[in-house]
Amino acid sequence: MAIPLSWYLIVAAALFCIGFYGVLARRNAVAILMGVELMLNAVNINFLAFWRYVRPEEPLGQVFAIFVLAVAAAEAAVGLALIISIYRTRKTINIDNIDLLRG
Amino acid sequence: MMIDYLPLLILFVVAAVFAAIAIIMPSLIGPKNPNKMKQEPIESGMIPFTDARQRFPVQYYMVAVLFILFDIEVVFMYPWAVLLNKLKVFGLIEMGFFLLILLIGYVYVWRKGAFEWD
Amino acid sequence: MNLPHIDFSVITPELIVIATALVVMLAEFVGAHATPSPTRSHRIALIALLGLVLAALAAVAGLGRAATDIQGMLVADDLGRYLELVVLLAAALGLLLAWDYLPQFTKMHSEYYALYLLAVVGMMFMGKSTELITLFVSLEILSVALYVLTGFHRGQLAAGEAALKYFLLGAFSSAFFIYGAALLYGDTGSTHLVDIAARASGGFLTLAGLALLLVGFGFKLAVVPFHMWTPDVYQGAPTPVTAFMSVGTKAAAFVALFRVLQAAGVSYATWSLVLALLATLTMTWGNLAALRQSSLKRMLAYSSIAHAGYMLIGVTAGMQLGLSAVLFYLFAYAFMNIGAFAVVSLLERPGYHATQDATIDAARGLFARKPLLAVVMAIFLLSLAGVPPLAGFFGKLYLFNAAVQSGWIWLAIVGMINSVVSAYYYLRVTVLMFMTEADETSFLRSPLSNATGLAIAVAMVGTLLLGIFAGPWLQQLGQAALAFAGS
Repeated sequence: MAIPLSWYLIVAAALFCIGFYGVLARRNAVAILMGVELMLNAVNINFLAFWRYVRPEEPLGQVFAIFVLAVAAAEAAVGLALIISIYRTRKTINIDNIDLLRG
Repeated sequence: MMIDYLPLLILFVVAAVFAAIAIIMPSLIGPKNPNKMKQEPIESGMIPFTDARQRFPVQYYMVAVLFILFDIEVVFMYPWAVLLNKLKVFGLIEMGFFLLILLIGYVYVWRKGAFEWD
Repeated sequence: MNLPHIDFSVITPELIVIATALVVMLAEFVGAHATPSPTRSHRIALIALLGLVLAALAAVAGLGRAATDIQGMLVADDLGRYLELVVLLAAALGLLLAWDYLPQFTKMHSEYYALYLLAVVGMMFMGKSTELITLFVSLEILSVALYVLTGFHRGQLAAGEAALKYFLLGAFSSAFFIYGAALLYGDTGSTHLVDIAARASGGFLTLAGLALLLVGFGFKLAVVPFHMWTPDVYQGAPTPVTAFMSVGTKAAAFVALFRVLQAAGVSYATWSLVLALLATLTMTWGNLAALRQSSLKRMLAYSSIAHAGYMLIGVTAGMQLGLSAVLFYLFAYAFMNIGAFAVVSLLERPGYHATQDATIDAARGLFARKPLLAVVMAIFLLSLAGVPPLAGFFGKLYLFNAAVQSGWIWLAIVGMINSVVSAYYYLRVTVLMFMTEADETSFLRSPLSNATGLAIAVAMVGTLLLGIFAGPWLQQLGQAALAFAGS
């Protein structure tokens, strides 16, 4: 227990912000997806740290982390399929060029 | 306070030393007779036939997507396996339902022909 | 170790829909070598519809019973059962719209209906979740299914674009949602809403956690400023999907929001001001943007943002007064909004480029050609605008009344001004239908099939009946709301 809880939280928050930045700054749909995945995994660090430091007797944080992993996988699968399908019809996955719907 | 981080430091040192040995030792004691073949990137003993930066056929994505889904389901079995002795028949039935639903998805994917390469 | 006791009667309707979804998914392979045809599609749709009806019966059978729960994760109370009924109603109406719409652009019928039913399951679970993990998983079940359904029309550029935008922003908002859940977990050491309510410190972790959860809900509810995806997605998605998700997602998310806010407990006074500001922004922005739309679907998309704003007034008013009004509004909204989308689906042609399709001009002179349809559409639009004695009027009346009674008089006034503004764009379409001559751009692009006709008839009857029996129905819902608020 030498490392204080706040260190984990700071790392998680930093990773979350990096992912956040990636989502906002990147134009490639796959890179945006990677940013989102980073955000999800940053939160997982939070869950595990909280589990260890706040209530280690109940493994709720671990369970939540497993579900987040599973959901992230499902989202990645669906997202990649969508991106491939778009690439086939448009020949681009740059979100600046995917701008048919507006107004 | 700082003494608590000693195991961490030792771990780093051991890892660094191990990596350094693995890199330095072969160049010191290994036989050296370079030829063109050896300069090629390694591809499991095969001769690489193209550059790595090429487009992959879409079938790879299909397999990758299916792999992610069925791979991640196994994660749920670890906590279940740890507790199976206590959960007994109840746990077995629950996992049976979980696998049944997964199996229906598997049958669907199979009948759709997603496992066929062409 | 005690084995968990699981009372499966808590989730009977959900189990029925899940089983139906699995059957529908494999139905395609029964009777080998049969080519997909409309009859085949109808058969699959019929199975799905039967499942929805059975689930609705199971939900009705539970009404009035005492609340039961599974390990504090899912609860079957009257609030949850009414939520299930709204979702199942919207799902059944949307399914009837898809009945003849779907075979026009795709051969993948099993997939469509299976995903559709899974989205329904996600919504039903979401409204019954009393624990953050179940809440998150059900939210994702419905979202992932809807991402795919949005892009189901694969040949169409707009559909793929809508699906990608929905997916990227949806996944993005999920990250905020679970960050909020993580902070609440860190604050209280539990993911159960009951424990969170009891142990919340009220400090930074509680506030930040709830704020991040609210951002996640905001995305799903299309609350300004988290609404950017809504018009694009609603316009690009197949119309039956748009009709279904505009109601179903909102219903599930609003009920879940009430449950989470109840857990916030003590800090409700702090939150109501934030909610009031969000409601004001959402109503005003949605209505002003809807004024200048030329696409019917996009106009209804902005109008749905505005309606989310009206319902937020009810959330601001709190558990005692607002909840029954929001529930009433959800029922009314299910009938009138899906009815309006049903008529729009007749004015567009699937397979056609969505961004050029079903403009407001498509409604031109509808009365001269199809008088009955024009009258029905006018009723839906007037109900959306809040004209008495239709369902939409009473929905707004109850919401504003709840706001006034709980002391949010300025919010009720903002809501009324917004209703007046919104009347302009609903009436503009109505005027076009009745007062103008038909020209060559306006014709029914899809023939009126029996299924669509049935959906429109049900929506119509619902809009009228909810208007006539508004009082008794509100009392009915009020009991569920009271039982929830008191618990």
